[in-house]
Amino acid sequence: MITVRGLARQFAVRGRTVDAVKGIDFDVSAGELVGFLGPNGAGKTTTLRMLTTLLRPTGGTGTVAGCDLLADPQGVRRRIGYVAQGGSSWPEARVAEEIETQARLYGLSRAEARRRGALLADELDLADLGQRPTKTLSGGQRRRLDIALGLVHGPELVFLDEPTTGLDPQSRANLWDHVRRMRAEQGMTVFLTTHYLDEADALCDRILVTDHGTIVAEGTPDELKSRVAGDAVTVEVADRAEEAAELAHRLPGAHEVTVNETTVRFRVARGDTALPELLRTLDAQDITMTSVKVNRPTLDDVFLSLTGRSLRDGERPDPAVEATHAA
Amino acid sequence: MLRDTWLIFTRDMTLSLRSPTWLLIGIMQPLLYLFLFGPLMVTVAEHTPGFPSGDAWKVLTPALIVQTALFSGAFAGVGLLTEYRVGVVDRFRTTAASRSALLFGKVLAQAVQAAAQSVLIVLVTLLVFDLDAPLSGMLLSLAIAAVLAIALSSGSYALALILKSEAAFPSLMNAVLLPLLLLSGVLLPVTEEMAPSWLYNLARINPLTHVVDAERAAFRGDWDSSTLLTGSVVLLLLAALALLWGTRTFRKENA
Repeated sequence: MITVRGLARQFAVRGRTVDAVKGIDFDVSAGELVGFLGPNGAGKTTTLRMLTTLLRPTGGTGTVAGCDLLADPQGVRRRIGYVAQGGSSWPEARVAEEIETQARLYGLSRAEARRRGALLADELDLADLGQRPTKTLSGGQRRRLDIALGLVHGPELVFLDEPTTGLDPQSRANLWDHVRRMRAEQGMTVFLTTHYLDEADALCDRILVTDHGTIVAEGTPDELKSRVAGDAVTVEVADRAEEAAELAHRLPGAHEVTVNETTVRFRVARGDTALPELLRTLDAQDITMTSVKVNRPTLDDVFLSLTGRSLRDGERPDPAVEATHAA
Repeated sequence: MLRDTWLIFTRDMTLSLRSPTWLLIGIMQPLLYLFLFGPLMVTVAEHTPGFPSGDAWKVLTPALIVQTALFSGAFAGVGLLTEYRVGVVDRFRTTAASRSALLFGKVLAQAVQAAAQSVLIVLVTLLVFDLDAPLSGMLLSLAIAAVLAIALSSGSYALALILKSEAAFPSLMNAVLLPLLLLSGVLLPVTEEMAPSWLYNLARINPLTHVVDAERAAFRGDWDSSTLLTGSVVLLLLAALALLWGTRTFRKENA
């Protein structure tokens, strides 16, 4: 559904050149829900604006929904839906008329536009708000309207730019449910950007981790977690903790083994498969284990080990790159 | 493309009719000129040799129509920048709609709004100040106002999309419009008899002067003079250039 090779974008900021996106390659197959994860200023929005024909790449090639990004931007636009980061509705316009105009701009007849609009409004819990000016909607309602506007023409591929930024936790969870359900019902491909690890974890089949304009890792949430840090295993023993640590160390792939009184900690790629092996060995040596705990690594751990900084640091935007987004 | 133009046009018209403050605010300035400046013009016209023929209202009213169309057209870009900020422009630019139609629909709405404001100005002058102008001339003056609004708003939209600054855009517009207005003889006609020759020549280079002159000729019912023809040609040329610029800017991928 998306094929991108060497896609790059440079901006000239006060006489010097800034590489917002430095030649990235990736593919997204039909039906996938792919997350583009990275801190603010990593090049997420720039990439998305290139994929939605709002920004011409300065390098590379791309095929989006079967159409060439450079040769047939009109064809791309016809097949995709785009939900921008900062919203997309006019404060004075009414919910129903925004949806209807949007649908008709894709060539739908007035009757069809109304029918589809009513259906979508129903699905996205906007049904009773049709005559309300969009400025009176709550943050969550307005975001759902943005999504309705992006989906009203039934696109095969939809881009969501930071869909839940600025929403309260309840509205976020609600929006995630909607995205999952709409995707299941309409079978569309979803490409979303986010700087929330829990969002990527909760929604995406696959994640592209991006930082400083390049893709630094790619995989399913589980793959990423196991590849980078491994599960954290904590074992409590009655005594002979040093011996237990020695045994743990012999497990294939075990690393970062530490002992603290009667507690042995280590990391291993798959804690759930390593554990039975460890239990058998400890048992054979007559070491009594009192408790065991396996913690899956969070995507926070992943991001830290991939980029050397936690995502929280990244939320302080780089002023130079921010300036290029405004330009 | 016609269909997309119509969709954008009806959207803009529906939204502006719902909150008709634009009509009132736009009409406020010309009304103030009519009531607070018009009476002075009557006296000045009587005592000034070289003042153009026709009574003062036939000189002032057409000029105010041009001024109103000029201002509402030139500041159309401010509205576009607000739409840009809230994301409406990007949303429309990623739909299947032709990007030229996005411009044409908005420009047409501006033309209709300028014509509506002109009708109000003419009505007030007819009812309050006994304006005595031929109907055909007044109708033509509406058409001139509409085409001027097309030219100005198209240029304004293009410039706004290039600048993308809600702060800088109005200041730049004011800086451009004031000399343009003064040099077009909107308030006092810049005639050979009244102006020093350098000022007169400067005014002749200003395309807006010819539009104001044509508008006044229309109000006099002066169909034979070359003034009307020159003004119309200048105006149509302006509109064509502005639309070309606007279309190019709207179609550009990076806007």
